[in-house]
Amino acid sequence: MSETEAAGARRIAAEARGRVRFEEEALELADQVYRVARRLVGTREEAEELVQETYVRAFRSWSSYTPGTNMRAWLLRILTNLNLDRGRKIQRTPDLQPLEEGDYFLANKLAAAEGEQALDQERVVEKLSQDNVVEALSEVPHDFRDVVVLVDIGEFSYADAAQILDVPIGTVMSRLHRGRRILKQKLAEESLT
Amino acid sequence: MTDHDPGCEKCEELLQGYLDRDLAPAEVVVAEGHLDGCDYCRRRYRFEERLRRYIRISASERIPAGLRQKLAELRDQSPAL
Repeated sequence: MSETEAAGARRIAAEARGRVRFEEEALELADQVYRVARRLVGTREEAEELVQETYVRAFRSWSSYTPGTNMRAWLLRILTNLNLDRGRKIQRTPDLQPLEEGDYFLANKLAAAEGEQALDQERVVEKLSQDNVVEALSEVPHDFRDVVVLVDIGEFSYADAAQILDVPIGTVMSRLHRGRRILKQKLAEESLT
Repeated sequence: MTDHDPGCEKCEELLQGYLDRDLAPAEVVVAEGHLDGCDYCRRRYRFEERLRRYIRISASERIPAGLRQKLAELRDQSPAL
C-alpha cells in the first residue's frame, strides 16, 4: 500500500469511527427528542413520524454536525424545521384576546379555592391532574407553546431555544413569559372551574 | 390574607427571571429582599417552582419501544460512506 493509499485508508477509518460515534450519541438522545416532539405536535402518531423523519435526515447529514456542539439542540433544529415544512405554521395562530392575567393568577385561584395556607403544601400542585396539564399545554397557541415545551419540558436554555426556533432571544423570553401565563390560565380553567 | 404591598408587583415582575436564574445581581437582591419579608410572594414563588417541576413530569412521555427500535434500524439503512 502506498503512502497516499495508507493516508486515504486512515481517513476513511477515522470518518467511519466518527460516524458510528455520531449515530450512537444521536440514538441515546432519542428519548429526550421524543419527549419534546410529543408536546410540539398534536398526536402520538405525528410525533413518532416526525422523530423518524428527523433521524432519517440526521443520519443522512451527519457530516454537517460539528462534534462537541450541542447535538440535542441540533436534532431539535432539524425536527422543528421538518415540522415547519409540514406546513403547520402556514395557518398562523389567530390573534389571542388580550391576556391580562398575571403570573400569580393560578396561585391566587388556588389560594382562593383552598385557602392561602394550601399553597405551602408540597402536594398542592396535584390539585391539577396530570391529564389537565397535558390538555392545558395543548391549548396554548403554537408560537408560545413551542418555547414553553423547549424550555420547561426539554430544559433547553433561552439561547438554545432561540437557535432551534430561529428567533431572537428576546422573542424567546417574551413568548416564554406569555406562554407560561396562558398555560396557567388554561390550567385554572381546566382544574378549578 | 397577607398585606399586598406595591413591592409585590415588582416581585411578580421578577418571578420568571428569578426562577430561570436570569436576573441581574441587583434584581436578585431586590427579589430576595422582598421574599424575606413577604409570605404572600414567598408562597407563590415556591408554588411556581413546584408547578414547573410538576408540569415537566406530567408532560413527559417516554419514547415507545417500537419507535426506539425503528430508529436503530434507520441507522443500519443509512447509506454507507
